[in-house]
Amino acid sequence: MSRQPRDKTMTIDEVVGELRSGMTIGIGGWGPRRKPMALVRAILRSDLTDLTLVTWGGADVGLLTRAGKVRKLVYAFVSLDSVPLEPNFQRARQTGTIPEVVELDEGMFQTGLRAAAQRLPFLPMRAGLGSDVLVNNPHIKTVTSPYAGPDGPEELVAVPAMELDVALVHMNRADKHGNATYLGPDPYFDDLFCMAAERAYVTCEQIVDTAGLTVDAPVQRLLLSRMMVSGVVETPHGAHFTTCTPDYERDERFQKAYAAAAGGSDEDWAAFEQKFLSGDEAAYQAAVRAFAEEEKR
Amino acid sequence: MTEITRADVCAAAIADAFAEDGEIFGSPMGMLPTLGARLARLTSNPDLVLSDGESLFLGGVPPLGAKADVVEGWIPFPKVFDVVAYGKRHVMMGATQIDVHGNQNISAIGPFDQPKRQLLGVRGAPGNTVNNRTSYWVPRHSSRVFVEQVDIVSGVGPKRAREAGHAASRFNDIHRIVTNLAVLDVKGPDDTLRLRSVHPGVTVDEVLAASGCAIHVDGDVPTTRTPTTEELVLVREVLDPRSLRHREVPEPVTEARA
Repeated sequence: MSRQPRDKTMTIDEVVGELRSGMTIGIGGWGPRRKPMALVRAILRSDLTDLTLVTWGGADVGLLTRAGKVRKLVYAFVSLDSVPLEPNFQRARQTGTIPEVVELDEGMFQTGLRAAAQRLPFLPMRAGLGSDVLVNNPHIKTVTSPYAGPDGPEELVAVPAMELDVALVHMNRADKHGNATYLGPDPYFDDLFCMAAERAYVTCEQIVDTAGLTVDAPVQRLLLSRMMVSGVVETPHGAHFTTCTPDYERDERFQKAYAAAAGGSDEDWAAFEQKFLSGDEAAYQAAVRAFAEEEKR
Repeated sequence: MTEITRADVCAAAIADAFAEDGEIFGSPMGMLPTLGARLARLTSNPDLVLSDGESLFLGGVPPLGAKADVVEGWIPFPKVFDVVAYGKRHVMMGATQIDVHGNQNISAIGPFDQPKRQLLGVRGAPGNTVNNRTSYWVPRHSSRVFVEQVDIVSGVGPKRAREAGHAASRFNDIHRIVTNLAVLDVKGPDDTLRLRSVHPGVTVDEVLAASGCAIHVDGDVPTTRTPTTEELVLVREVLDPRSLRHREVPEPVTEARA
């Protein structure tokens, strides 16, 4: 009998069952691009609360802050690209409903993940010096280089490690063991998220045989190794309404409807929630198909 | 040839900001900066390295909104931050506020704890401004944009960089601020805003009146140059045949003169 690496396939609900209130959760992707939205929606349906989110923010931030799930938010931006300002996030910030906010420079955000991935307490960098990032985040310290440069030792930002309890990422393909490929333009930072986390859960468009991962994709597309991954879920259209190139692009019409509801009255938002977010993932996908049909008419 | 528009002048002024950069990554954010950087690539600086704004280095120079024809490299976000630290980059960002010392804000308006208006977040502005050359594009020059002091310092001006120490000032290089009215830099006394040129049809007084903070004026201020015939052909026929630039910079309404 041949011994195989573990089968890590799970359901969305099983992943959410592994999460606890108060956890620090890193969400992969970038703004409105290749976000693990099926898991975000599942968190919305759960009774999880007091979460710390670490994310290149898009609608994941908007949805979870609007639902009051977030105690602390760590980000460098929140944007939907074609809708530059995320209305739910704006609303949360302007009404002060996120108890703790850590706004970082984008490079600092990457460096914080990298420090955690390398099990270091911090990594030095230039970004942040002179800006209000250091004023608004007094917990972030500087460190003096032990090496004397030509103009004396440099005082740099000591970007603290952003250690995650859990990372959630969405990939194009994965095998049942957790090896996974991205087939779009950009890996984003999904490997760093997984390595910065105690446990990482990968949703994907399709689970294929290990050999299938490199049938029509170069081996460099294999971003995640199973040693970084605790669980794998097949969730077709699981990144909707963000991009999952080349499987699908962003659903701009849906995003527009989302942004209009988020920026509208309480009744507008309640109607959007009722229509799209009141059921499970299958109900969501059915409602999205119905929405696309309506839009065609 | 038809009249040269304000948007044409802005495109050439933005191209001039990238003219002396040599072989580095030109990173324009938004429509006019993209047009201007591509114009520089086709005229004054053929060595400039440009991307599609997503993840590809462009071998050719496609029109606004078109896909890359020839690709000469791969520049996904993780590599962008590597190039920021490497330093061979000139970014032209937007700015919701710029202050008298050339600090920029794209984070939020009002107090950080509970802003009056939340914007994007600081994005890469803090890292850009202490690592690589940074310029700003302001499509609507107004006293709301040019202020005494920005609410949240995202991009760091030269004075604050100096005060933060050698590590911050070493690579701080705020190059140009191009607006729909004028071109500025931060070479005024004590690292303050300075007027470099006013666009044709704009007076110095108009620029000062449209600014909410002092802008240093050094004697006679020259007029921003008009694009050459070659540049006009490139802008109109090659890079922006759909005239998208005029949506961002509409032609100013001139008073009817009887």
